[in-house]
Amino acid sequence: MSNASPTYQPPTKVGRIADFVDQRTGLSSVTREFGRKIFPDHWSFMFGEVALYCFIILLLSGTFLTFFFNPSMAETTYSGAYVPLRGMDMSVAYQSSLHISFEVRGGLFMRQLHHWAALLFVAAMSVHMLRVFFTGAFRKPREINWVIGGVLLILGMAEGFTGYSLPDDLLSGNGLRIIDGVIKSIPVIGTWISFFLFGGEFPGNAIIGRLYVLHILLIPAMILGLVALHLIFVVVHKHTQYPGPGRNDRNVVGYPLGPVYAAKAGGFFFIVFGVLAAIAAGFTINPIWNYGPYDPSPVSAGTQPDWYIGWVDGALRLMPGVLGAVGGYRQHFEFVVFGQQTLTLNVLLPALVPAGIVFTVLFIYPWIERWITKDEREHHVLDRPRNAPTRTAIGMAGFTFYCVMWAAASSDLIATHFHVALNDVTYWLRALFFVGPIIAFVVTKRIALGLQRKDREIALHGRETGRIVRLPHGEFIEVHAPLDAYKRYRLISFDSPEVLPAQPNAKGVVDRRERRRAKFSQWFFEDRVAPVTPAELEAAHAHGHHEAIESAPTSGH
Amino acid sequence: MGNPSDGAPQQGGTVATAGQAGGRFEDPGIPPHRPRLADTDPKAAKRAERQVTALFVISVIGTVVFLISYFAIDLGNDSSIDTIRTQNILLGLSTAFAMLGIGTGIVHWAKALMPDHEVSEARHAVRTEEDRAAAVRIVDDIIEETGIKRRPLIRNTLIGALALAPLPALAVFGDLGPNANDKLRHTMWAPNAQTGKKVRLTRDPDGTPIRASDVTIGSAFHVIPEGLNDLKEGKLNEKAKAVVLLMRLNPEDLNISPGRESWSYNGIVAYSKICTHVGCPVALYEQQTHHLLCPCHQSTFDLTHECQVIFGPASRPLPQLPIEVDSDGYLVATSDFHEPVGPSYWEREYS
Repeated sequence: MSNASPTYQPPTKVGRIADFVDQRTGLSSVTREFGRKIFPDHWSFMFGEVALYCFIILLLSGTFLTFFFNPSMAETTYSGAYVPLRGMDMSVAYQSSLHISFEVRGGLFMRQLHHWAALLFVAAMSVHMLRVFFTGAFRKPREINWVIGGVLLILGMAEGFTGYSLPDDLLSGNGLRIIDGVIKSIPVIGTWISFFLFGGEFPGNAIIGRLYVLHILLIPAMILGLVALHLIFVVVHKHTQYPGPGRNDRNVVGYPLGPVYAAKAGGFFFIVFGVLAAIAAGFTINPIWNYGPYDPSPVSAGTQPDWYIGWVDGALRLMPGVLGAVGGYRQHFEFVVFGQQTLTLNVLLPALVPAGIVFTVLFIYPWIERWITKDEREHHVLDRPRNAPTRTAIGMAGFTFYCVMWAAASSDLIATHFHVALNDVTYWLRALFFVGPIIAFVVTKRIALGLQRKDREIALHGRETGRIVRLPHGEFIEVHAPLDAYKRYRLISFDSPEVLPAQPNAKGVVDRRERRRAKFSQWFFEDRVAPVTPAELEAAHAHGHHEAIESAPTSGH
Repeated sequence: MGNPSDGAPQQGGTVATAGQAGGRFEDPGIPPHRPRLADTDPKAAKRAERQVTALFVISVIGTVVFLISYFAIDLGNDSSIDTIRTQNILLGLSTAFAMLGIGTGIVHWAKALMPDHEVSEARHAVRTEEDRAAAVRIVDDIIEETGIKRRPLIRNTLIGALALAPLPALAVFGDLGPNANDKLRHTMWAPNAQTGKKVRLTRDPDGTPIRASDVTIGSAFHVIPEGLNDLKEGKLNEKAKAVVLLMRLNPEDLNISPGRESWSYNGIVAYSKICTHVGCPVALYEQQTHHLLCPCHQSTFDLTHECQVIFGPASRPLPQLPIEVDSDGYLVATSDFHEPVGPSYWEREYS
């Protein structure tokens, strides 16, 4: 009953090794499945790749740093290479960060590489999510992967912040102090959480060790797991593709994994690594030796958090604590409730509400749109942003909301660099916080519709050649060159949903929820530029000849 | 009126619907492949091959430079900033060349020499109806075999046991956070409980006491309590609550509220340096306007009005430290702060 031994005899040595492994692992089937798997190609698909590669570089450089970093808050006196700090009292964590920077060969380079890669990691994830949003890639069947992406973004920010705090320098220590203040503003349990986190009063001597465990173990493990899940889903769903000739929801058009796509993607890892190395070589980041060890008394002016925390810090800055003048009418935003409990809304509101809005809308947006459109189809062909004007406008409104807060985190630097009053900068940003998203929505929607009309014009009448021709009867016209079928298809092959009026449910009743949905549908799709149809193209061509003879269109079509 | 569906600029007006009556365009299929130079011209292919090779050679050079600069430059306790900078630039740039050489080489190879024919592959349903039906049958069988529907007693006690099981974790984690008690309420400024000796104001960071006569009008001092530097344990915890800013103004400029008349001395006032917003040190003193500014979130406090908030996100004035002069002419704290310093917290009003 024994299996017949395989008759295949590999001719080469490598072949024999591969055959040995294959007989024990069955890798042939994997190669068969993935070796020629098709991946669509577009520059905007590379942001996710950049994020992945940054993460790998972070793991490599971070591992190096853990060999030398000592996350202890025990007090020591510095006697290392950096002369200005010699003799100063500091924590062991800060001392070992200085040791990495100045006495470990290549240590400064690794620190710089790690920090720059972290900044790029969060940036690449953010831009990747913007790409996914604006092209509608989050639609069925990819809603869950969109949520995983959102969680990864939050974890990336958490990972960044915990790492930023580890050197225990003055700048990051003040960052922790701010976090402590924000935590204390949480009603009922805030004080307890603060004491829990810091192991007692701020700053205590536990926080660096605890952040270290989070930074090198817990959060990276979560990121790694979710990245794996994220990529598995990419394989399950196959990648989305931009609309174009030959592409539809039932196929995937692109290059095979081997050799072209693997070469491009693999080569791109080295390019990302190389660019980060060049930045780390030439541009100082987080020079902790300039800040000094953490001390609750001093602070440097013009301090900024790392960019991805900026929007939350900016929200803190925008909130007024008191309205009105000393001696006149004054509205405080800190209240004493139930007799003796302190509710400090001037901290709590800006810390929770804007970030809460951004992430809630981000997470549930696929379901909002699905509810409004009642669209149960799978979508594998992306929308060009202009072809989904309301979604694009919502995205830009959110982006503007974020950017106003982000700018607010630098309000003091805006004031000093542009020689304007700090108070005015804050007042303007407070106004933009509310008005900016609305302006962005209206402007974006109009731009998107305008671009769609331009596409229609080009699809119908061809491309402007810039060539002016004088007709026999004296009229001048510009010659339009017709598009070929492929270019035209690019401009006209998009879905253009129409307003979906309220539908009766199974009982034949149009309920209130359905009427509300219909209102949203109206808001979403009432402004609409439909794709050109063959009949319209036909008419336009006939009209084109007509137009060349008559002077002006006088009648409707 | 032009046809609104036209979309031409001269026919503007409404942005509106066009009927789909005209049908849809036929998909013309994947555009024909356009050969690249290297596909048709062997010379161009040879050139691309040489370029890729050159890029890989650049990578090799980068790696060699890295190794040389790594071993040639040693760092130690006496290495100068210039040495460190040189090493950082050399290591960084050589890594950049080593990586970029490989990366750009491979990508150039793929783009110029590997086949660039676009291929279409069919997608498959994420889930087939057949799989779904089979899975439902399996799950039904499993549930049936456990008998959980027929034996609700087992089910209910299991739910109860599972619901209670996490409680120990809650207890364990609950104990990790030490109770705040009234730690946030007290600082080192309270006079000694046994002797009643009042705490001197001393300079930050060296801890030398300050005479009232040292404080001239317009000057400002960063202050810590006497004895802070001698603490063995929890020095930063105490410092994080006790740091104070000391300033002297013209006494007429101060608007003193009833009950605080004795808290200042000859125009010398002391306020907590910890911002009431989220706790940054309020380190910027604007001498001309008598404003204190927090550099973190720009809360601005008016020193002439007992540090009331006049701008920014803080809501409460900075707590004032009552001060007087002892028999040797040094400034001392009459008592502790009369309220907790720093950011607000839920139990702040508890007494």
